[in-house]
Amino acid sequence: MIAIHSGAGTAGFTGSSGHFVPKSLRGWVLPAALLILWWSAAHWAWSQSPLLVPVEKVWATAVDQATSGELWDALRSSLWRDLVGFTIGAGAGLIFGSVLGLSRLAEQIAGPSFHTLKQISLFAWIPLLSVWFGLGDAAKVAFLSLAAFFPVVLNTFEGIRSAPRDLIEVARVFEFNRWQLLRRVILPSALPSMFTGLHLGLIYAWLATLGGEYLLVSGKGIGNTMIDGREHFWMDLVIFGVIVVGLVGFSLNWLATQLENRLLVWRGRSVAQFQ
Amino acid sequence: MAHAGTLSIRQLSKQYEVKGERLDVLEEISLDIAPGAFVSIVGSSGCGKSTLLRLIIGLEQDYQGEILLDNERIRGTNLNRGIVFQEHRLFPWLTVAGNIGLGLLNSGLTEGQRRFSVQEHIELVGLKGFETAYPYQLSGGMAQRVAIARALVNRPEVLLLDEPFGALDAMTRTHLQQELQRIWQAEGITMILVTHDVEEAVYLGDQVVVMEPRPGRIRRIVPVDLPHPRNRVSASFTHVKEAVLREFAAQGTATESFPGGARPAPEVASGFSAGWRFAF
Repeated sequence: MIAIHSGAGTAGFTGSSGHFVPKSLRGWVLPAALLILWWSAAHWAWSQSPLLVPVEKVWATAVDQATSGELWDALRSSLWRDLVGFTIGAGAGLIFGSVLGLSRLAEQIAGPSFHTLKQISLFAWIPLLSVWFGLGDAAKVAFLSLAAFFPVVLNTFEGIRSAPRDLIEVARVFEFNRWQLLRRVILPSALPSMFTGLHLGLIYAWLATLGGEYLLVSGKGIGNTMIDGREHFWMDLVIFGVIVVGLVGFSLNWLATQLENRLLVWRGRSVAQFQ
Repeated sequence: MAHAGTLSIRQLSKQYEVKGERLDVLEEISLDIAPGAFVSIVGSSGCGKSTLLRLIIGLEQDYQGEILLDNERIRGTNLNRGIVFQEHRLFPWLTVAGNIGLGLLNSGLTEGQRRFSVQEHIELVGLKGFETAYPYQLSGGMAQRVAIARALVNRPEVLLLDEPFGALDAMTRTHLQQELQRIWQAEGITMILVTHDVEEAVYLGDQVVVMEPRPGRIRRIVPVDLPHPRNRVSASFTHVKEAVLREFAAQGTATESFPGGARPAPEVASGFSAGWRFAF
């Protein structure tokens, strides 16, 4: 006899016999296990390598960074660039994607060039950007707005093009004019896809914020903090930086998901989950 | 009560162009529909009955012959004609009230009049209390009620129904047929129902138009002289039903020569049905 347990597939290593970890806490199981492993490795000195720093030391660095204000300085610079770059890139992406989606002529003229440009690795732009904008904030913002631009354009375009024919016919039956068609049918039906693009853009922009700090080394930022750590072989600082970057990415993603679910309640259960 | 339209169709023919070849969809359809009448159109898949409705509503053009509403030639869509499709086609981002209100965007009514009319039609289809529900929260039958309300909210002269209950379960379908009957009597407008359910056609129609495929033609018009509400198991009802079914049986033998005994595919409302690809 085969019994299919609906939760068994997703419950993971808690097994199908008993769910001793509450569902809301299951995401913490893996990080906690890693933390314990790390702590034991350092505590019982499994390795003599200086790469293995104890948990306590990283924690001390974290407290030091936070109380001295260095962390907030670095975070502020990084997040500010992220925000500015994302706003520029996503804004331009929404406009360009909409134009491309709404006008066949625009697609014929600009489409092929766009599809060629998007094949170029983001990092290949760095030399050009540094020549044009130097190594300061302007170059970094340009770089990460480029990162946000492409996914937003693609998903906006797709969303607008996939407006359901059935609903467009309903609009014709009710004699909608072009503006009504755009505002009542095409844009709302493109919205989920646009959100997907913005969401991706947000993630890419944050990745590019870090990438930009590594490749255009100058100024302040959480990436620069980590570079500092590497150069002085302060592994505690490097690990601390990695954790902060991860937490910021997680928070941005969480915020975007919340916003999306709130604005798109009509979809019922959300289908766009990025975690 | 809305004004009921007189619809006349004269010598209507329609072709599609498929890969450079001409395909006759409708041939010489002539039909007069009295104001306030309920006409059912039945036929197997591919007989062009959905195309006929799409021509009357104005979603398809380029035809020969005439379609006249109150002696005026139909040109494109117009708020004096409403339609309910097989799929509810509700806008998923709008609530029940929002979806019905959509029909009134170009009605010229004031905001207050619109709200009143929407509420009135929500009550007409028996959905009071569901004003703020989203389509994903509705059952198939409820969604189709909203679609009916949306089609009626402009008080059209003619309401076209393209297999509106085709996707519903038998119980819901029977119930909605009764509801539609009641709405037709309350509104007093002309209704044309396309279906392949013979019982539904006889239950609702003053006349049942039987169509045959390739190319779509009217085979026979069967009058239904029975008082409403009709009793589905009465002898007279069964008698009419059998008369309609006999027409089907006769045309069934004529189309038996299908290669490979292909099943008629479910008809889709737009453009070419899968049945067309099968048949050619």
